[in-house]
Amino acid sequence: MHDGEIDKQRRRFLTTVATVVGGAGVAASTVPLISYMLPSATARALGAPIEIDISDIKPGELKIEKWQGKPIWILRRTKQELDDLPSLDSLLRDPDSSVQQQPPYAKNEYRSIKPEYLVLIGLCTHLGCSPKYLPDGQDILGPDWKGGFFCPCHGSEFDLAGRVYKGVPAPTNMVVPPYKFLSDTRILVGADTGTA
Amino acid sequence: MSKVMKALNRLLEWVDARFPLTKLWNEHLAKYYAPKNFNFWYFFGSLALFVLVIQIITGIWLTMDYKPSAEHAFATVEYIMRDVEWGWWMRYVHSTGSSAFFIVVYLHMFRALLYGSYKQPRELLWLTGMFIYLALMAEAFFGYLLPWGQMSYWAAQVITSLFGAIPAVGDDLELWIRGDFVVSDVTLNRYFSFHVIAVPLVLLGLVFVHIIALHEVGSNNPDGIEIKKNKDANGIPLDGIPFHPYYTVKDIYGITIFLILFSIVVFYYPDMNGFFLEHANFVPADPLNTPEHIVPAWYFTPYYAILRAIPDKLGGLIAMGFAVMFFFFLPWLDRSPVKSIRYRGWNYRIALIVFVISFLVLGYLGMQVTTPVKTILARVFTIIYFMFFLLMPLYTSTDNDKPVPDRVRYP
Repeated sequence: MHDGEIDKQRRRFLTTVATVVGGAGVAASTVPLISYMLPSATARALGAPIEIDISDIKPGELKIEKWQGKPIWILRRTKQELDDLPSLDSLLRDPDSSVQQQPPYAKNEYRSIKPEYLVLIGLCTHLGCSPKYLPDGQDILGPDWKGGFFCPCHGSEFDLAGRVYKGVPAPTNMVVPPYKFLSDTRILVGADTGTA
Repeated sequence: MSKVMKALNRLLEWVDARFPLTKLWNEHLAKYYAPKNFNFWYFFGSLALFVLVIQIITGIWLTMDYKPSAEHAFATVEYIMRDVEWGWWMRYVHSTGSSAFFIVVYLHMFRALLYGSYKQPRELLWLTGMFIYLALMAEAFFGYLLPWGQMSYWAAQVITSLFGAIPAVGDDLELWIRGDFVVSDVTLNRYFSFHVIAVPLVLLGLVFVHIIALHEVGSNNPDGIEIKKNKDANGIPLDGIPFHPYYTVKDIYGITIFLILFSIVVFYYPDMNGFFLEHANFVPADPLNTPEHIVPAWYFTPYYAILRAIPDKLGGLIAMGFAVMFFFFLPWLDRSPVKSIRYRGWNYRIALIVFVISFLVLGYLGMQVTTPVKTILARVFTIIYFMFFLLMPLYTSTDNDKPVPDRVRYP
């Protein structure tokens, strides 16, 4: 470059380089901004498995505990209620639990390891409200109600295995969390290997 | 001229040589010419600005005593209400202010529909206004979680769950927005950050852009006639009057009437029978137990009714999104050469009446417990709502518009 002449090629090169490097810097700085908002180590640690004593649950009774901040339900079902489950199949959207809403060991007609004890995450699969437990005999949903769960927010209905009825907003069955029996009276929720 | 006046004049000259104070004053107030025929509907722009100031001031004061944690939030709100001097007033002005903001903004938007204020050359003015509306909805939503009552909690749970309906990335997005597996202390803290810093900054920036855009193109008026087409020898619009003092006085009058009505609510009906402050929100948040009947605040219920009317999780989300987004396209959907409803044909007049009715009915349905009949009604009015936008190119281009006069009329 001489005589005050402008080297336009050089100028274009510098502009391009500055834009590209600057742009890369801006793009890279979005990584901490976005990652910062993910669940922290503390939040994840609070999601650690919990042990629940189930010896005090009477037949037909629902116990509510908290895991990952979510309600965990343990329902002790009666023989009658278990026998009624297959009769509902035609009214349900996914009676055979073909959608992955449960660990493989809970993919059976009772959606549980031991038929008597149902373990569920107590949140509706529609928009995350916590449904109400309405046992058989509470026929506010009609005389054919065999017992189950009713979501007050948008009217979704589930049977006593957490299976969703047809014609309600919830798309899938309620979620069965990973769990295992530590003994006959204690279960571990949140993991199906090891101990809490 | 007195000595004091002379000194003040010299000070002004000193400032003007360094900062365009007189220039700004003239360009935006004393020599900013607005149409002389503004009517009732032209109160709401300045009122919106006024309510924004109320919200910022009361918000700063409330922040002095509020603690954004799951453990303390509910208790500090009660502490503000009972123990802090004038705390009840500060909170009721802020909570009433949020509802007042939406009333004022909805009327402001309705004015644009009445007089075609979104039409050429005011498309960008309309778009910046719509972005203000979106920011306002975000601000209201984030603020609604802060009292940490049952309604706060479950409304946030439901709305964040909506993101879970988005295919592929939905579940991760939901987790990212909450920062936890459910709405929790973490969520509350970040919503506080959004509510007091992020969104207000965006809102102020947008309001600035909105006013700059307005002063570039000039206000529309009830006749929808461009006053800049008829100017006198000095280049001043014949149908224009200086904003100050004419409209500053008019707006202060409007603010006075507004404050009378506002004060009646703040002092006598602060919860507006559950519309402004919902009863379930006087119970602390309980993540294990959903209240019997949850609804969003009244200003979101038309969209909520549309969400519930669609029997599909993702479909409902999309319909609700479109219900808001369609407003953005109004300047291009409207094919009529005429702006004001005074010179429009009956096609648009009827369409607007039907649209307002559908918006109000949906708003009512969104507050109610769903029944089969109400669900069908919600579906019918959702269709009507969308037809207003979708059929607009058709009924506005074939409308029996009247000839528009050259000059504006009173009032």
